[in-house]
Amino acid sequence: MDWGQILDTAAGELLSPVTAAYALAAIGIGVHFGYAGLLNFGQAGFMAIGAYGFVVPTLLFDFPVWAAFLTSIAASVLFAFLLGIPTLRLRADYLAIVTIASAEIVRYVVSTTGLTDVTGGAAGLSGFNGSFTALNPFADGIYGFGPWTFTANQLWIRVVGWSLVAIASVLVYLLMRSPWGRVVKGIREDEDAVRSLGKNVYAYKMQALVLGGVFGSLAGVIYVLPRAVQPANYGTTLTFFIWTMLLLGGAATIWGPIVGAMIFATLLTLSDGILRGLISADIITFISGTQAGQIRFMIIGAVLMLLVIFRPQGIFGNKKELSFNV
Amino acid sequence: MSDTIVTHPLVDGAVGPGCKKVDPIVVADGVTRTFGGLTAVDVAHVEIPRHAITALIGPNGAGKTTFFNLLTGFDKPNTGEWSFEGHSLARVPAFRVSRKGMVRTFQLTKSLGRLSVLQNMLLGATKQPGENLFTALIKPLWSKREQAITAKAEELLARFKLLEKSEDYAASLSGGQRKLLEMARALMSDPVLIMLDEPMAGVNPALTQSLLGHIKQLKSEGMSVLFVEHDMHMVRHISDWVIVMAEGKVVAEGPPDQVMNDPAVIDAYLGAHHDTDLGDMTGANPVIEAKEVAAQHAAKKEGAI
Ligand SMILES: Nc1ncnc2c1ncn2[C@@H]1O[C@H](COP(=O)(O)OP(=O)(O)OP(=O)(O)O)[C@@H](O)[C@H]1O
Ligand SMILES: [Mg+2]
Repeated sequence: MDWGQILDTAAGELLSPVTAAYALAAIGIGVHFGYAGLLNFGQAGFMAIGAYGFVVPTLLFDFPVWAAFLTSIAASVLFAFLLGIPTLRLRADYLAIVTIASAEIVRYVVSTTGLTDVTGGAAGLSGFNGSFTALNPFADGIYGFGPWTFTANQLWIRVVGWSLVAIASVLVYLLMRSPWGRVVKGIREDEDAVRSLGKNVYAYKMQALVLGGVFGSLAGVIYVLPRAVQPANYGTTLTFFIWTMLLLGGAATIWGPIVGAMIFATLLTLSDGILRGLISADIITFISGTQAGQIRFMIIGAVLMLLVIFRPQGIFGNKKELSFNV
Repeated sequence: MSDTIVTHPLVDGAVGPGCKKVDPIVVADGVTRTFGGLTAVDVAHVEIPRHAITALIGPNGAGKTTFFNLLTGFDKPNTGEWSFEGHSLARVPAFRVSRKGMVRTFQLTKSLGRLSVLQNMLLGATKQPGENLFTALIKPLWSKREQAITAKAEELLARFKLLEKSEDYAASLSGGQRKLLEMARALMSDPVLIMLDEPMAGVNPALTQSLLGHIKQLKSEGMSVLFVEHDMHMVRHISDWVIVMAEGKVVAEGPPDQVMNDPAVIDAYLGAHHDTDLGDMTGANPVIEAKEVAAQHAAKKEGAI
């Protein structure tokens, strides 16, 4: 088996657009859960809304890229309001239930055959990337070195994806050191106390939900730009991957979601490469290649359990914060 | 009823439960709140005097906290109207009530554990433009106000003996310290009426003394104070006016000395012992009595089945 090849692929994953998308989505639930205490278990729904919000207008109405980005954002804002208006006045657990169900509803709606003309049904949509590649400012050629060697188009999507991650992180940093962030963190601790101090808790929760949801929708766009949209990708598994990345890195931190996404994506590729390598070299004989794909999730699950037990605050989290029973 | 006192400078007319005040800051009418079959609050009419320290007392379960929750928008009444400084506040959301200058604290403290003590305080301030999502992004727009409220917070923390703790997480404070923090935080907004639910529960006597002085100071600065308290020494020491609740109703009110000798109040506090002289209380056998009550309760339950 070719260790060089396996490590190369895993290292390449560090900067892949999928990783950037994961990081953005994790920053989104970082705002929801880490700072505002909102349990959003439907981030995959926001990503789907973002992806379809970008792709459908592009294909149906020939929207330029900037306009498609805007429809994607607008769709996620609308979705956030739809989720938030009935639930944000209720206890936190209700939002969790509603988001998990809504994300599933979104997935079923876009894959229904009745909407095939618009959403492509279960097969999804493709062939929408033309206008994005047309904007590529990089000349044809090969860029980078080692595992990070990209064609012009590969470089373009990575630059856009990671720029969005950077912008989102700076935005979150600026907000969370501000008095706005203080109110939001106060709501996470005890919303009645914040209410008694004259803050409109409902409005702040809505703002946080919308903000994190918009990051989710941008993640959805970056996720699909290099490939096709497939509704099957937006199941609850995706949501829980993103939760895992967030908790791995540390929920109420700036670097947590980014590094969490990088580690998660790299580990996923690495374990896959190693397992498949061992199978093709006949060292492991009792499982097949398809089974290997599932076994790596078990291994990652076990690693994460150890992490949560021994480092519950994540990599960047503050241990002191967790030592209180609040 | 003691007929010795019939008038009082705070009162317009005769003193008695639900009496009219010369200058009321809160006027409540027909406020009721039931939980299932239980009527927790049933206040026909009550007025809280302005520029005075008013104590709200009554036995456990009298409905004091529930009444606080209703007035401040944290709970919804079944019926009733009330006004604050002449504006109706019934069915106004809690945060608006607070912005109008009626700020409350909680009996079970609500400190924001994973924020520092100072951050807790700053959250109590008003008119911080940085609390808007968009202005928050540009620090120069809010850093001036931040400096001003930080100075104010530190001054209050010093007064409440919490200044050394200002960088610690609020979760690391003791129970009494949390009470103090909550009171200090409520003062950050310079309220017109501050409503304290058992502010001194768990605070050590020496500090209680200095805080009592502080509350009196608030009054002299023009604030009105309404507080719930079980410690009768404290009530006697600082309050100008006492309102007594029992089983949801206002059963008596008056200046502290008169109220504490009012048979209706003694009745409310001592329940079944209303025939007993206060000095005779040791004569009652609580064990036998508890057994009787339990037996009655069991009989009732059986009858219900
Ligand atoms: N959320 C609730 N659900 C059901 N019953 C309640 C609720 N809140 C209060 N009660 C009941 O209402 C009555 C009044 O309670 P309240 O907390 O107002 O008493 P209190 O006068 O503040 O007593 P204490 O001095 O012990 O704090 C009690 O009998 C209590 O059991
Ligand atoms: Mg109470």
